[in-house]
Amino acid sequence: MLTFSPADYEAIGLSVKVAVTATLFSLPLGFLLSYILTYGTFRGKMFVEVLINLPLTLPPVVIGYILLLLLGRHGWLGGMLEAAGIRIIFTWKAAVIASAVVGFPLLVRSMRICMESIDRQLIHASRTLGAHWYDTLFTIILPLSTRGIIAGSFLMFARSLGEFGATIIVAGNIPGVTQTIPLAIYDYAASPGSESMALTLCVVSLLLSLGVLIFHEVINKKLTRRS
Amino acid sequence: MEISINAEKNYGDFTMAADIKMAGERIGVFGKSGCGKSTLVGMIAGLINPDRGEIYLDGECLFDGGRRINIPPERRRIAIVFQKPSLFPHLSVRSNLLYGLKRSNPENRTIDFDTLVNALNLERLLDRGVNNLSGGEKQRVSLGRAVLANPRLLLMDEPLSALDDTLKYQIIPYLRSVSEQFGIPYLFISHSLLEMRLMVDQVMVVSDGRIEELTTVERLAMARLGHSPVGYINLIRVSSPRRVDGMFAYRWGEGELFISAGNDEAEACFELSSKDIILCKQHPEAISARNLLACRVESTFVSGNRIGVELACGGDRLVAEVVEPAVRELGIEKGSELFAVVKAVAFRRLG
Repeated sequence: MLTFSPADYEAIGLSVKVAVTATLFSLPLGFLLSYILTYGTFRGKMFVEVLINLPLTLPPVVIGYILLLLLGRHGWLGGMLEAAGIRIIFTWKAAVIASAVVGFPLLVRSMRICMESIDRQLIHASRTLGAHWYDTLFTIILPLSTRGIIAGSFLMFARSLGEFGATIIVAGNIPGVTQTIPLAIYDYAASPGSESMALTLCVVSLLLSLGVLIFHEVINKKLTRRS
Repeated sequence: MEISINAEKNYGDFTMAADIKMAGERIGVFGKSGCGKSTLVGMIAGLINPDRGEIYLDGECLFDGGRRINIPPERRRIAIVFQKPSLFPHLSVRSNLLYGLKRSNPENRTIDFDTLVNALNLERLLDRGVNNLSGGEKQRVSLGRAVLANPRLLLMDEPLSALDDTLKYQIIPYLRSVSEQFGIPYLFISHSLLEMRLMVDQVMVVSDGRIEELTTVERLAMARLGHSPVGYINLIRVSSPRRVDGMFAYRWGEGELFISAGNDEAEACFELSSKDIILCKQHPEAISARNLLACRVESTFVSGNRIGVELACGGDRLVAEVVEPAVRELGIEKGSELFAVVKAVAFRRLG
């Protein structure tokens, strides 16, 4: 039987909260960027693509450190936010930002694959039938990208649940404040006699990941059947 | 409709350079695949930006590279019927049909939804999804959707190429009648001369990125007689069939034609190749062919190594082809009286 301490409950709750927030905030930006990268032609497009995909290959610790430099009290963004009375570093918001940056390429990738498979002639048809580009975006491209949006969101959500390296640097490992499941497991693993507690959270992690993937498969099957 | 194009688009090793002015309600764009027809369509619709030049429709400038004018596709009021029906898969038939109508300017709305649905025979399909429609039904919905956008010009970009022969001839009457009924001029793009002849009067011939000529479709068909493996296709419109000895006798002009491939429908259209007509100087005594038609030569013309012979035949017209020695031996010239011999099995039913 799994037994949880109050700190475990907080870690599970925080993990889900961080993953959901990171995914929801990334969705509109991810959709817009996918659209621009799929259909736009502009100078520096390759640079933008490389920048978005960089977190896929960079060690998460490096991402965390860059974020720390950027958002820290003396950082370029952190200084401005500090002046406005907003503190990011070592709060759950920092964990959201770390998860968002690390999971973003997965979201954009799924959406782009789906958008690229949309027949261009549908877009041409829509335009010649009187739709402005933004009308076509919301009435044709968005509904036909549903599958990619869902797949990308699940992937990003799952990736956010497991985020460790960037989070520990930029948000720290403060129980009840920024300690998510992976960080709690790290704590347990480092303290002798807490093996069973670590294992319990590992099981929770496994169940959450399995749940997300199974849910995604079910939705995907439903969408396939509908089309 | 009056359209004037003087525009160029370069694709590296291929350049489409169009320079033409034309007026008419049914104009064809004819040429082999890859000759630049689709680029031309794209430039007119605003989907492809020319590198330079000008495009005018009914006196309105749609594109002018020099003056930096480029009206976006949604404001050109030029709808397209594509080769693939390109229906929005997430919308029902009704929503597909209404897509353009909802976005059209109320001032330009002259076409009534119910009248169009009726004309295209789509009533029972309205609430269905588009993924379970047959090829012909899809193309009818696609045509309806384009017409309901109340365009001032319809571009039909090879709308029949993806359909089999039977469906093709079911759709042609819809394409013609809908644009006539609702008064929308069209450009019909195709690589099939037969489709051209069924759809348009004037035709521009596109070849290797150039518009070679603007001609009538009949003249084009006659000029191609000697270069086409099927010769000149006579389109024979007949009516009032009756069964005779296992064949069908149809009314044609002032006379009758015996055709094997007939049926009981009151009106029909058959194709007859110029190659399947034999010309005789005198009435043959006994011959297996069932159609012996007294004709008068209206004109002769050279096409490749063959001579086309235009015949007036019982109030109608036929084009036959012969070789040079036959012209000499039979003394074929304008005004000659001849007999055209056609087998009952030589007629191929359209549709």
